[in-house]
Amino acid sequence: MTAPARTPADAPPAPGEVLLRAEGLAVHFPQRGGPPVRAVDGVDLEVRRGETLGLVGESGCGKSTLGLALLRLVEPTAGRIELDGTDVTALGRRELRGLRRRVAMVFQDPYASLDPRQTIGRIVAEPLEVHGLAPGRAARRARVDELLAMVGLDPSFRDRRPHELSGGQRQRVGVARALAGEPELIVCDEPISSLDVSIQAQVLNLLVRLQRELGLTYLFVAHDLAAVQHVSDRVAVMYLGRIVEVGDTARVTGDPAHPYTRALLSAVPVPDPPAERVRRRIVLSGDVPSPAAPPSGCRFRTRCPDAFEPCPHVDPALADLGGGHRAACHLHGVVGTPVDEAGAALLDDPA
Amino acid sequence: MTALDDTPAGPAEAGQVAAPDEAVGARGLLRALLRNRLAAAALVVLAIFVVVAVLGERLAPYGRNEVSSADKLRAPSLEHPFGTDQLGRDVLSRVLIGAEPSLRVGLVAVGIALVAGVVLGLVAGYYRGLVDDVVMRCMDVLFAFPAILLAIAVMAIRGRGATNAMIAIGVVYTPIFARVTRASVLTVREQVFVRAARSIGAGDLRIMTRHVLPNVAAPIIVQTSISLAFAILAEAALSFIGLGTQPPEPSWGRMLADGRGFIQDAWWMAVFPGLAIFAVVLSFNVTGDALRDALDPRQRSAIESAAGRG
Ligand SMILES: Nc1ncnc2c1ncn2[C@@H]1O[C@H](COP(=O)(O)OP(=O)(O)O)[C@@H](O)[C@H]1O
Ligand code: SF4
Ligand SMILES: [Mg+2]
Repeated sequence: MTAPARTPADAPPAPGEVLLRAEGLAVHFPQRGGPPVRAVDGVDLEVRRGETLGLVGESGCGKSTLGLALLRLVEPTAGRIELDGTDVTALGRRELRGLRRRVAMVFQDPYASLDPRQTIGRIVAEPLEVHGLAPGRAARRARVDELLAMVGLDPSFRDRRPHELSGGQRQRVGVARALAGEPELIVCDEPISSLDVSIQAQVLNLLVRLQRELGLTYLFVAHDLAAVQHVSDRVAVMYLGRIVEVGDTARVTGDPAHPYTRALLSAVPVPDPPAERVRRRIVLSGDVPSPAAPPSGCRFRTRCPDAFEPCPHVDPALADLGGGHRAACHLHGVVGTPVDEAGAALLDDPA
Repeated sequence: MTALDDTPAGPAEAGQVAAPDEAVGARGLLRALLRNRLAAAALVVLAIFVVVAVLGERLAPYGRNEVSSADKLRAPSLEHPFGTDQLGRDVLSRVLIGAEPSLRVGLVAVGIALVAGVVLGLVAGYYRGLVDDVVMRCMDVLFAFPAILLAIAVMAIRGRGATNAMIAIGVVYTPIFARVTRASVLTVREQVFVRAARSIGAGDLRIMTRHVLPNVAAPIIVQTSISLAFAILAEAALSFIGLGTQPPEPSWGRMLADGRGFIQDAWWMAVFPGLAIFAVVLSFNVTGDALRDALDPRQRSAIESAAGRG
């Protein structure tokens, strides 16, 4: 269960190999006096070694919950999570610690995610202590300095406390803490969205550089496509607890297959003037339905400009459109799980 | 675009405003207390109290039970500034010597309550669920009894004497520490930094002791100061009714009880130990309130913004 030693020689690992796979993953939060909140509700996802997978969707669609579930920081209600082929949903206490060394997380809010009572040095050293890395005071201190240097912070930050730091500096500390356990995968949960616009690019560039240098794999969460399309190899689009489209970034942004992805893209300004002129804004009508009571069939149907007959009756499957590009929409053929008899009759290929 | 926006970085500003309070160390805290004149006076009284309790016997002009039958019930004079009691003992000496059992019983009792209450409150608030229900219902039951009645009940089981008084008072004040701790733990456990600690593999014990406890320390410190006041009062009350410190050892509560019978003829016998109790209890209370103000960021910023506007 130990992370493989990382030498420059194996730095860019063979792409394509699946590092993490989620199948039918669900996280439901019980609610007093009502149906559970289905924050994550049947997610299938693959993260390949060495890639950046962007995960986008509106606030509240379940991105953070999905990320937390991958580290078992919230307990999955159903489904499997495999890391290198091992199911992590059944891990005991000690193995869980090993999982949290191999998979790390950078949190959205750098103000809330650092303990205000601890010094930066202690915050960054904590994973070292927990996992018994760099044993001994001197070695630990040297490693903390090294980690701080990796994220562009002077060793003098070691003795400061979070409140003395700017938002960007704090998030660098958050990154250093995530790196301390020498993880393979880092879940970056909107790591720059609460930072000043002027420093967002710096932190983003830092993350990109660290990935290249350390051969890291990222699950990069963002609420809009613009933020991830330049750093992601592949993009997964999430809506109301489900992945609705996934594929290579160029395919998903250049030829979106799901109406929701198109709506997200229409909100992204295009730098190319002719393209900007033809870009039509698709304004989504209506509010996001409650994840406690998602619409029947396709969850997007209440806001979808293209909704048609089978949409309320058949829950669309994430079907392959070729080249690893997948989308869950009946416009590409009515496949999925019928929710009633009408739906069963509407299937393209009734079994 | 609005529909696609995530929540703005609201907490950023709040984090910055609250930050200076998190930095308040012991020295900063003392400075804040001394700025408040009432608190400064209370701290002086408490400092004198501690010095007297430590030096007691050596400061006293007469021995603790030195009897002079010629000097029975003498009014305050140069020779006996606080007068003498019915056996001819010097009241000033006995008040000075009586500081030690007061402080010792108070400190030990509050120490017991602090340790037991904080551990129970921390575990209950951190784990929630069944542990929380069981622990806190037990605390509720203890809390439902009037304090002195409960202390008397404990002493009825364990017998009289100073040691049992400490245990009794400790039991009585455990629930309040458990409640104060649990209430703060409930908010701290939901903080992102706790989740972040878990994300790097930290276990429950580590999270409780290194992340939760330091962040709930402020209200516990305040409660400690206030409880010291009540514990000293409780010790005096128990000694007054004959359950606490046993004669002939000097004790403020016991002296008050003895003086009661002579209040018409020798007011000094009851008044001086009474004043000593009053001064110490009031000082601990004032210090507790001042600590609360100094440690509570909301209250402090409210005061500061009011001052700014004024
Ligand atoms: N601990 C929780 N208890 C109950 N509901 C929760 C909890 N955490 C998240 N939710 C709900 O789950 C949904 C998804 O939340 P989240 O994963 O934070 O979304 P995102 O990160 O995409 O903004 C939201 O409706 C949110 O209110
Ligand atoms: S399945 Fe229907 S409702 Fe859902 S996205 Fe496709 S067209 Fe729209
Ligand atoms: Mg989120």
